[in-house]
Amino acid sequence: MTHPPKGSAAPPGAGPALPALPAVPPQPGPPAARPAPPAARRSAFAEGAERVRAAATTEPGRLRIIGAVLALLVVAFGSVTAWQTSERAAAADDVLHRSQPLSSGAAGIYRSLADANTTASSGFLAGGQETAASRDRYEEDIRTAAAGLVTAAANAEPGSSSEATIARLNRLLPEYKGLIERARTYNRQGYPVGGAYLRYANDKMQNKMLPAAEDLYTKENQRLDADYGHATPYPWAAIALGVLALAALGWAQHRTYRRTNRVLNHGLAAATVATTAALLWLVVGHTLARSGLDGSYDHGIRSMKVLHDARIASLKARGNENLSLVSRGAETITVGGQQYDTYYYHFDRNITALGKGLTQATRLADDRAGSGPVKAAEGNMAVWKQRHAAARAEDENGNYQQALDKVIGGKDATGACFDSVDRNLAHAIDHEQTEFRQTAGDGRDALTGLPVGAAVLAALAAAGALAGIGRRLSEYR
Amino acid sequence: MDARRVRTSLRGWGGVGAMAALCALALAFVLLLPRTQAPHEDGRAAGQRTTAAGQARADGCRDSEAQDQTLSPSGADGPTIDAIKARTGAKRKLVVGVDQNSYRWGYRNPNTEGAELEGFDIDLVHRIAQDILGDPNAVQFKAIPTSQRITAIQDGRVDMVVRTMTITCQRLDEVAFSAPYFKTGQQVLVPKSSSVKGYYDGTLAHQRICTASGSTAYLKLKADREKGTLPATADIRTAVPNQLDCLVRLQLGEVDAVVTDGALAASQAAQDPTLKLVGKPFTTEYYGVAMKSTARDLVRRVNRILVDYRADGWQASYDRWLSATLGKDSRPSEPPAPHYLQAG
Repeated sequence: MTHPPKGSAAPPGAGPALPALPAVPPQPGPPAARPAPPAARRSAFAEGAERVRAAATTEPGRLRIIGAVLALLVVAFGSVTAWQTSERAAAADDVLHRSQPLSSGAAGIYRSLADANTTASSGFLAGGQETAASRDRYEEDIRTAAAGLVTAAANAEPGSSSEATIARLNRLLPEYKGLIERARTYNRQGYPVGGAYLRYANDKMQNKMLPAAEDLYTKENQRLDADYGHATPYPWAAIALGVLALAALGWAQHRTYRRTNRVLNHGLAAATVATTAALLWLVVGHTLARSGLDGSYDHGIRSMKVLHDARIASLKARGNENLSLVSRGAETITVGGQQYDTYYYHFDRNITALGKGLTQATRLADDRAGSGPVKAAEGNMAVWKQRHAAARAEDENGNYQQALDKVIGGKDATGACFDSVDRNLAHAIDHEQTEFRQTAGDGRDALTGLPVGAAVLAALAAAGALAGIGRRLSEYR
Repeated sequence: MDARRVRTSLRGWGGVGAMAALCALALAFVLLLPRTQAPHEDGRAAGQRTTAAGQARADGCRDSEAQDQTLSPSGADGPTIDAIKARTGAKRKLVVGVDQNSYRWGYRNPNTEGAELEGFDIDLVHRIAQDILGDPNAVQFKAIPTSQRITAIQDGRVDMVVRTMTITCQRLDEVAFSAPYFKTGQQVLVPKSSSVKGYYDGTLAHQRICTASGSTAYLKLKADREKGTLPATADIRTAVPNQLDCLVRLQLGEVDAVVTDGALAASQAAQDPTLKLVGKPFTTEYYGVAMKSTARDLVRRVNRILVDYRADGWQASYDRWLSATLGKDSRPSEPPAPHYLQAG
């Protein structure tokens, strides 16, 4: 067995037969046996084609071409794999560290704003001056919303519609806060214009800010879905190239066997092993990542979306419950020829949405830790409905004070039920969030090292292929 | 915003509503005419009811005399009062449309315990409930935006509206009024630094003026601008659900002036010492209790209550609620001696 006369790092196709020629890369096809001096100047391509054709007529020439093609295939496989998997890894990273936190953040902004508004209107309903607890809750909500807006702004694409929405919310928040402060001041002085300011602020919140926040939430969710869309598709190009490279390697070995009756060409075998390893790693790693990400979507994101929507429905229901008492029948809506109090009508719709959301969340919850808080929230909601019916009966009988007590009174009021629903949903969301982070993190980790590993394996395979072919070539010295 | 929504919905439903009202009235007449020959002694003929809005009518309802188009007082129960008295349990209440935003007329004082509404209008409501149901607190208050007062009565959502509501011919086509219980007139409210001096002197040119939608102030402004007595450059687009919302807009600098009844304008000025009323009242208006046109027994009953109330109760309520904003002298606000439709 003769030793291949070239160093392992020597450029591929430059066969030892013609050291005089420059060591060009494989493609142009080394002008094997006879380098016919060009008679006239032709295009480089034509010249190259001519040389390849000439080379293909002799066995060493053919071997050189085969070596070049094999190396090319393996290198292409490696680089496409590295490219496609790093792209997917980046998208998975975005899901985990950017779009999901932002989607949760947008839901948080909505929640804080709605809760601040509901708290402010409850304070007004209670008459007298607001309690320290309700003031703290309101201020905390405003702070959370402001902080959420900063995070959202830092992550928004410049010039995107999300950015415009965030800017609008940023502008409206101090306006809203100013109106509430005025309402407080006038309330302290005992003037009803304080209530008018509260209505004006509520208008701004309901008709401008909450729709904008909802819009932001929708957009962040779209971004999240898009990131999932980029992270999970199979890297077909890489897989196809891998299979092609393997097939070519197999064919080359079969050809060698037929011509030499030698079963094993070490170089080619090593190349096959390396390529197979890379291909397996690619398929298995990606499948793992994909199932992790899909799982995080099915068990985390989908649950979280449903839970966030349920939480928003519960907030809206609470807001409408309060407003029905603030407006005292001033606003009616006609649906199907029947007249309803606008806020009671919307309350009923919100509660129905909440009920549906909770049922769906129970179905989606895949363990006790997840379904526990949702079940508890369902219980709270049932009590809420009962108490609300009692409060509404009082209101419809003109017992305003009793209705008020049943809505914003102590722990026997509907307010306590709302708080429990909200707290339980927060627990459930936390749980799903943890689950999401775990599964998506596992998925993301399955792609770790794959781009680099594939590149290294491909380089090894290319070297092996060239070494194997070089071994055969050396027999023609 | 609410004002805009109300305005557009008015634009859209105004025609439909008017048509429906006409049809209902025509139908009511066809049905009632054969049986109720006698009650027609009040002289309010069908022709008058079917005329569209206007200042002077074929039957002679002039806005300056609209307050006299009411039935003579009577303490007798009738179908409407019987129906109210027939309510049982927690429902045994008089359902009254009021305002909860008119300082010292009908409002919730945020600094008092409980959720009680209070003010001059609310005192009258308690008096009416006392008389009809024997309990001053047998009342279910419903807050009604200015523009919804008439539909609330027509839809039967309330038995009556006691809510600084001016008696006009146009409204008489749709609801019945009691005798007047208060006298006031439109006035202009501006910041103390404003150059506006009054209503008819042209200083409202280029000013943005706020009114409550569906209020007499809004209708007056609209009519005057068409006639040219109000400069065409005056911007009257801001129409809000409640007169108090105008104070908010004025303080936020979204409008330059507010036009509303002097009684309410004074309430607004009382909440902000940087505002002033300018010019004399440029209309004369009377507040009345509004009821369903068909509730003849209730109208008569309220008129009887008002006779008593003028003698005992009115002055005390004025002193308690209004003397601080409208002055100790209640004479400019006192309603005229009531005139009733002849046969009654």
